[in-house]
Amino acid sequence: MDFTFTDDQLAFREAVSRFLMTEAAPEMLREIWDTDVGRSPDLRHKIAEQGLTALSVPESLGGLGMDDVAWSLMTQELGYYAIPDSLADTAYVAAGLIAALPETVAKREERLCAIADGSIRIAVGHPVNPFVADAQPADLLLLAHGDEVHAVPRALVDVIANPSVDHSRRLGRVVWEPNSATRVAAGEAGRALWAATLERGVLSAAGQLLGLAQRMLDLSVDYTAQRKQFGKPIGSFQAVKHHLADVATRIEFAKPVLYRAAHALAHGEAGVAVRVSHAKLACGEAAWLAARHGIQVHGAMGYTWEVDLQMFMKRAWALDASWGDRGFHKTRVAGFVLGDAAALGPGRTFEE
Amino acid sequence: MELAFTPRQRAFRAEVRAWLADNVPRTPLASYDTREGFEQHREWERRLFDARLSMVMWPEALGGRGCDLIEWLIFEEEYYASGAPLRVNQNGQLLLGPTLMEFGTEAQKQRFLPRMASSEDMWAQGWSEPNAGSDMAAITSKAIREGDHYVLNGQKTWSTRAIYADWLFGLFRSDPASSRHHGLSFLTVPLDSPGVTIRPIRALNGKEAFAEIFFDDVRVPVENRIGDEGKGWHVAMATAGFERGLLLRSPGRFQHTTRRLVALYQAHREVADRDPAIRDAVCESWMGAEAYALSAYHTVGRLAKGARIGDEASTNKIVWSELDLKMHETAMRILGARGELVAEAPEAEDGASWLEGFLFAQAGPIYAGTNEIQRNIIAERMLGLPKS
Ligand SMILES: Cc1cc2nc3c(=O)[nH]c(=O)nc-3n(C[C@H](O)[C@H](O)[C@H](O)COP(=O)(O)OP(=O)(O)OC[C@H]3O[C@@H](n4cnc5c(N)ncnc54)[C@H](O)[C@@H]3O)c2cc1C
Repeated sequence: MDFTFTDDQLAFREAVSRFLMTEAAPEMLREIWDTDVGRSPDLRHKIAEQGLTALSVPESLGGLGMDDVAWSLMTQELGYYAIPDSLADTAYVAAGLIAALPETVAKREERLCAIADGSIRIAVGHPVNPFVADAQPADLLLLAHGDEVHAVPRALVDVIANPSVDHSRRLGRVVWEPNSATRVAAGEAGRALWAATLERGVLSAAGQLLGLAQRMLDLSVDYTAQRKQFGKPIGSFQAVKHHLADVATRIEFAKPVLYRAAHALAHGEAGVAVRVSHAKLACGEAAWLAARHGIQVHGAMGYTWEVDLQMFMKRAWALDASWGDRGFHKTRVAGFVLGDAAALGPGRTFEE
Repeated sequence: MELAFTPRQRAFRAEVRAWLADNVPRTPLASYDTREGFEQHREWERRLFDARLSMVMWPEALGGRGCDLIEWLIFEEEYYASGAPLRVNQNGQLLLGPTLMEFGTEAQKQRFLPRMASSEDMWAQGWSEPNAGSDMAAITSKAIREGDHYVLNGQKTWSTRAIYADWLFGLFRSDPASSRHHGLSFLTVPLDSPGVTIRPIRALNGKEAFAEIFFDDVRVPVENRIGDEGKGWHVAMATAGFERGLLLRSPGRFQHTTRRLVALYQAHREVADRDPAIRDAVCESWMGAEAYALSAYHTVGRLAKGARIGDEASTNKIVWSELDLKMHETAMRILGARGELVAEAPEAEDGASWLEGFLFAQAGPIYAGTNEIQRNIIAERMLGLPKS
């Protein structure tokens, strides 16, 4: 029993963090917010150069073959820097789906290689989400038609943009016609693929929410240590301290929930849905509290476009209901906790 | 990350489970906040000790088994799952015990630890004074050195179960000219010493659950001091750290309560579902207890790799105390108009155990350092915000 990360995993996270700190600074985030496409080819290129697009791709195809546990650290960094790029959608969520296709499916390897070298952007249209993130700039869309999975080139769909409060989230309503040429899975196999994709998508959002929470906390600590009123830093006032202590506590206790869920997903445990939903709820609540208390301790500054906090808050507000809103996830948890077969009580945290 | 238990860990779990199944008293013991119940709990502790299950993480030489913290968590899970009696000597075993291991002399360890593990000696804590609660550095009770003794004068208060206990540990001002954190010494005091007067205080549940203690020229030998003279604050802070951290409230306790809460909800579902917030709160309790358990395993894993529990331990105290409160509040809402019934009421549910728990849960955010103080610590030491 060892519920911790290896030194390698932690070092990798550290390296990603250092990279994003310079390459995804808030100023560049702002610049990209103002562009039409909302994506920077230059940033995606650098991300690929770092090998980050290749994380999930099997080693046999030139990738790093990392699992969901590694992604639970990675997505926190993506959230922390609120990168204006849907990297996780392509390199984690879509890569997982494509890798799970039978090897006989046409273009499977070719697409995985393209994911690894960063030359393809894939949008995932899971039925739980009404809109498809990054449908507009995608090269390929994975779309659902009942249980079927279709891999549809961008040229074959129409996208009606539905702008989000988070300007670097590019949402679209996708209009398309399924046909047998784009179908890559159907029936039972398709259902299983969409189910696994859901868990990966939820965990990706959860990890980003947790990273966002940490970023908003850090911004708020910095701000309240500097800003003075009544002749003192406002961070010395207890009401302010307690707001931020509550955020820190919430974050501290969401982390292990995320890690447990990632492990359940990586190992195909039976209870994965409940663990994943628990993670999403815990991380979403941490992020929303960080936003609420963050803006409060910033005073009017927090209500401005000017101060960086806004970009992180908006990402947090948006992601909370993506990949299933709270009602969706609470229903999954309740189904287990209040169900007849629930193994509750001490000693059930790891073994089923 | 390796989330399977080893064969050794599984074997230990099985052994503990089997022993508890054979030995846990079938009828619940009387409340340990009464003389009768206290002695029943002492007897139970003795049986645990004889099976070397009292302090599993202590070394074998001290009556333990040398378990690591994972095994300790396993033990605790099984202990709570079995419905075994609450531990009555935790203040000694979990707070003073580790302090002695770190600061005690060999002689002190031999003298105090085995008898503490077996609960032949029951321990009370003496930190708080009427004017030193959250502000513990305001302690004024004195311990003035006279040759090979200290002479104690002053008053402690809120000392849990002190009217039944055998010994007290706590802080006294050994340098009368000192102030605040300086000049304090950490002493152990036999509660039957001449000059000690213990007056019970009735707690919210009506029982004499804590006491005030008066010291009137009480003589305590110098060898009862733990750590150096005047350095008691340092010793005490280590103890407070253990308390806030993992040991005092292991996750099994709350997971066990969650299971009971879910069962209570199921039994009263028709009524409870009129308020949809109840169902939500039941599920949140499960999530809260589970998160607390996961956090414990994560922390224990990091400790095993050489990390130290830092100021983030203060987040623990807030989480378990608020979780406990929430679970009991939810139970009271489920019980509705019968929630107020006390144990003697013929129609009380489960011997009024939820009401008892609800009353005690009110104290969680107060004892072991109030949650406001914990939030100050988190803000200043974990987040680095400026001092008030
Ligand atoms: C069930 C129970 C068992 C106990 N057992 C023991 C025991 O065995 N031995 C022992 O020594 N003590 C014991 N205590 C006492 C406990 O440690 C104290 O109650 C606690 O430290 C708070 O002190 P106080 O009661 O004097 O409250 P106060 O310090 O007067 O606090 C009252 C309120 O003011 C707030 N407050 C005070 N200072 C600050 C600040 N700086 N910032 C923000 N808010 C502040 C507190 O958080 C609290 O809300 C026990 C208490 C309880 C309830």
